[in-house]
Amino acid sequence: MQQVVSGLAQGSIYASLALALVLIYRATDVLNFAQGEMATFTTYVAWSLMDNGLSFWPAFAVTLVVAFVGGAAVERVLIRPVEHRPEIVIVIVTIGLLIALNGLTGWIWGPEVKAFDSPFPLRTIDVAGVVISLQDLGVLAVCLITVALLWAFFRFTTLGLVMRAVANSQDSSRLLGVRVGWMLALGWGLAAVLGAVAGMMAAPALTLDPNLMLVVLIYSFAAAVLGGIDSPVGAVVGGLVLGVVINLLGTYVDFIGGELRLPAALTVLLLVLLIRPQGLFGHRVVTRV
Amino acid sequence: MPLLELRDVRARYGPIRALHGVSLTVDEGDVVALLGANGAGKTTTLRSVSNMVRTNGEIVFDGRRLTRRSPEFVARQGIAHVPEGRGLFPELSVWENLRMGARGRLASKEAERVIEAFPWIERRRDQHAATLSGGEQQMLALARALASKPRLLMLDEPSLGLAPTVVRELFGIVRRLNEEEGLTVLVVEQNATIALGLASRAYVLEVGKVAVEGTSDELERHEAVRKSYLGY
Repeated sequence: MQQVVSGLAQGSIYASLALALVLIYRATDVLNFAQGEMATFTTYVAWSLMDNGLSFWPAFAVTLVVAFVGGAAVERVLIRPVEHRPEIVIVIVTIGLLIALNGLTGWIWGPEVKAFDSPFPLRTIDVAGVVISLQDLGVLAVCLITVALLWAFFRFTTLGLVMRAVANSQDSSRLLGVRVGWMLALGWGLAAVLGAVAGMMAAPALTLDPNLMLVVLIYSFAAAVLGGIDSPVGAVVGGLVLGVVINLLGTYVDFIGGELRLPAALTVLLLVLLIRPQGLFGHRVVTRV
Repeated sequence: MPLLELRDVRARYGPIRALHGVSLTVDEGDVVALLGANGAGKTTTLRSVSNMVRTNGEIVFDGRRLTRRSPEFVARQGIAHVPEGRGLFPELSVWENLRMGARGRLASKEAERVIEAFPWIERRRDQHAATLSGGEQQMLALARALASKPRLLMLDEPSLGLAPTVVRELFGIVRRLNEEEGLTVLVVEQNATIALGLASRAYVLEVGKVAVEGTSDELERHEAVRKSYLGY
C-alpha cells in the first residue's frame, strides 16, 4: 500500500505533465517536445525566488504566473509564425526549443545539481498500519488539486467553453468570431502552468539540474499514450496508473529495480501502441476513403 | 445601398482558381440564393465573404470593407456562416454549441428566442452534438447561428443529406425568420426548386463566374436554368 501511495504521488507528476501535453495536442495536433524543458526552466525560476528569500508557496504562486506568461509568449512568438506549416515543422520548432531551453537553463543557473526544498514535512504517518510519506501525500494533493481546478475552469467558465470549442474545431470557432490565436496562446500558458507544478513537485525528490524533466517527460509521454493522447481524463488516469505500475514493478520485480523503470515505461508505451493505439480513453480516428 | 456587395471577387486554392470575378449584391431583408453545379464556386463565394479563403476584389458589408480581414472580424460584424457539414462542435453538448453562437455569453432573452424556434433543444440540451441526427444537427447549426443575432445569415447547402420533410421544416423556419424578423439570408443550394421557392433573387454560378442572375420568378422562366437546374 505504501508503494501504491508513493506510485500515485509520482504518477500525479506524470499526470500533470501528460495533461499539459494533451492540452496542446488537442488544440493544435502537435506534441510539444519542449514541455519538460519549459517545466525545468520555471522550476529554476522558483529556485531563484526561494534563493532570494521567498518562502515556497509565494515562490510557487509567482512561478505559476511566470510560467503562464512564458507559455503564452512561446505560442505567440515561436509557434504562431509556423502554425500553418506542416506539423513536422512545428515539431522541429518544439525540439529546437527543448535544446535552446536546456542550454539556456545551464547557462543561467549552471550545470551543477541544486537542492530544492520541499514544502511538505519529510516525516511519515501511519494510517491503519500503512506507512505513508507526507511528502508523497502533499505532491499527490497539489497535483490533483491543480488538475481539478483546471477541469473546473474548462467545465464551468465561459472562457473554458470557448477553449474547448477551439480544441474541437478551429475553423468553426473562427466562423463564430472567436479569436482563436489568443485561445491557443492561453492553452499554451495553462499547459506551462501544469508543467511548472509538475516541475516544482518533482524537484525535491529528484534534485534540481538542467535535465530534471527529461526522464519525467518520457514517462509523461507514455502516460499520455496510455490514457489516449487526445483525452485529458486519460492523461490523468494514465499518469496515475503508470506511476503505480512502475513503482510496484521497480520495488517487487528484482530484475527491474531502479534501473529498468524507464525501459518498463517505454515497454508500456510500445504495448499500448501495438494493442490499443487510441489508449484507454482516446478516440479511434476513422477516415472515410 | 446593399447590405452585402461583392465586386469582381477572385479566389484560389493554391494554383487552382475557384472564382474568376464574382459580383453580386444582397439587400437588407432579402433572401438570395446561389445556384450552380458542383465546383461552380458557390461554397467558395461564401468562404470568400468569411475570409476562409484568400481573395482579391472588393467585399463590402454594411459599408465596411471585409477583404483581407480575419474570419473572426467578419463574424463580429454580424455575419453568421453555417458551413457545409454544419460546423458543429461534436464533443460539446447541444446547449454548449448553442452558447458558442454568442461566443459563450448567451443572454437568456436570446436563448428564449432561439428555443421558441427550436423547442426540442431544451429537451436535448445535455446531449452531445455528435449524437444528433443529421437533421437535428442542421437545425442546431441554424439555431447557433441565430443565437449570434446576425444581420446576415449565410447557409451552405443546408438540405444536403436530409430527408425531404426535414428540408421543408428547415426552409420553413428560415422563411419565417425572414418574414417576421427581417433576417437577411444568402443561401447556397444545389436543390434549385427549394432555393428558388425561398429566395426572392438568385445567382447561377458556372465555373467561378455569375452566368445568370435575376428574381426567382425570372430564373424559373429562364430556359437554360429550367433545363439544367429545375429539370423541366
